[in-house]
Amino acid sequence: MIYFILILFLMILMIAAAIYSVYQKDLMYATIGTGIVSLALSILFYLLQAPDVALTEAAIGAALTTIIFVIAIRNTIRYEGDD
Amino acid sequence: MKKILIILLLAGLGFYIATTYTGIGFGEPHFKHGVKDTYLKQTVQSLHVANTVTAIVVNFRGFDTLGEVTVLFLAVTALGSILYKKRHEVGVRSVLFSSSSIVTAGSKLLFPAIILLGAYVFIHGHLTPGGGFQGGVIIATGFLLMLLAYRNYSVSHIILSIVESIAGITFAGIGLLGLIYGETFLQNFLPVGVLNNVFSGGIIPIIYIAVGFKVAAELTGVIYTILHEKGESNG
Amino acid sequence: MDNALFDLLDYAVYGTAILVMLIGIYGALAKKSLLKIVIGLSVSDSGLNMLIVAIGYLKGGTAPIFSPGYLDGTNKLMVDPVPQALVLTAIVIGFGVTAVALALVIRLYRHHGTLNIDEIKNLKW
Repeated sequence: MIYFILILFLMILMIAAAIYSVYQKDLMYATIGTGIVSLALSILFYLLQAPDVALTEAAIGAALTTIIFVIAIRNTIRYEGDD
Repeated sequence: MKKILIILLLAGLGFYIATTYTGIGFGEPHFKHGVKDTYLKQTVQSLHVANTVTAIVVNFRGFDTLGEVTVLFLAVTALGSILYKKRHEVGVRSVLFSSSSIVTAGSKLLFPAIILLGAYVFIHGHLTPGGGFQGGVIIATGFLLMLLAYRNYSVSHIILSIVESIAGITFAGIGLLGLIYGETFLQNFLPVGVLNNVFSGGIIPIIYIAVGFKVAAELTGVIYTILHEKGESNG
Repeated sequence: MDNALFDLLDYAVYGTAILVMLIGIYGALAKKSLLKIVIGLSVSDSGLNMLIVAIGYLKGGTAPIFSPGYLDGTNKLMVDPVPQALVLTAIVIGFGVTAVALALVIRLYRHHGTLNIDEIKNLKW
C-alpha cells in the first residue's frame, strides 16, 4: 500500500513538474521544474528495477542538465516574452 | 488557432500510442522469443559478469557503445567550435559574487570524496549498478563543484584531450585485439575469473574504466567551455 | 482491494510516460522562446526514456544483477535488461544533444539579441 502511494505521488509530481516547466514564463523556475522531473523519474526507474538507469538519470538529468540550462540562461535572457 | 491545431495533433498521436500500449500490457512477459533469456544465460555462464546491463553495453553491443562514445566526442567538438573565441578574449569568467569561505572549504573537502565515488562506480561496474558512463558523470560533477566554488579554478584542455585520446585508443585497441585473438571485434580474449570478483569478466572492466575516463574528460570539457562563455548583456 | 489498485497502476505507468512526452512536444511546438523549445525537448526525452524502461518491466522480477546468493535461490525472474541498456546510452546522448542545442541558442542570442523565433527572420549569420 505504501508502495502504491509512493509511485502515485511520484507520477503526479512528475506530470505537475512537466506542466509547470512548460507554462512558467520565468525560465529559471522552468529549469528547476525539469530538474524535478528528472529526480522523480530517477526514483521511478529504481522502482521499475532499473538501478543502472536510475544512477545515470540522477547524475545527468538532475545535476548536469540543470546546471547547463542555468548557465545558458545567465548568458541570454531570463524571461520568456509574451507570445 | 495554432495551439488548437497542435493540441489536436498531439491528441491523435497520444491516442495512437495509447492504443498500441494497451495491447502490450504492463509487467507481463510479452517478449517470448526475445534475446533476454539468451543474454541472461550467457552473462553468467560464459562471461562471469554479475551485472547484465554492463555485459550488454560493453560486450554484446560493444560496437554501439563505441559509436556512442564517438557521438559524445563529436558533441564536445561541436560545442567548442560553436562557442569559438579568440585566445585573448578568454579571461576570468564573470562571477557576480565570490563564494563564501564555507563553500570553498566544504568543496575542497568534498572533491576527493566525489572523485573516489566516481572511480568506485566505474571500477565496480560489472558487479554493482553503475559503470563507465555513471562514474564519468560523477567525476565531472566533482569538477563542476570546484569550478563553481573557486573563480580562478582552471582545467587544462591539453590534459583533458590527452586523457580522452588515450581512453579512446584503449577502447578501439582492445576491440582490434579481440579481432586478432578471437573472431569478432571486441571479443573477449582474457581469462574470465570467478563470478562476483573484482578481477572477472575479461575485457569488460578494462573497457568500462576507459569509457569512464573518456566520459569524465569530455563532460568536464563541456562544462568548462560553456561556463567560460561570457555573455554581452550581464557579463 | 490491493489488486484493483495495482491494476490502476498498470495503466498509470504508461499513461504518465505518454503524458509527459506529449507535454514536452507541446512545449517544443507551441512556445516561441528558443530556450523553452530546448526545455520542451528535454522533458519529452524524459518521458520517452520512462516509456522504454516500462516495457521491460516484469511483475515480481528483480533487477538484472546476479548477487552471490541468487544462483541457488528460488526466485529466478528478472526484468528485461535490453531496454535498460538502450536507455542508458540514450540518456548520455540526450545530454550531448542538449549541450549542443544550448550552445547554438547562446550563439544565436549573441548575434540577434533576441530569443523569439518570430523575430529571427534572416537565416544569414
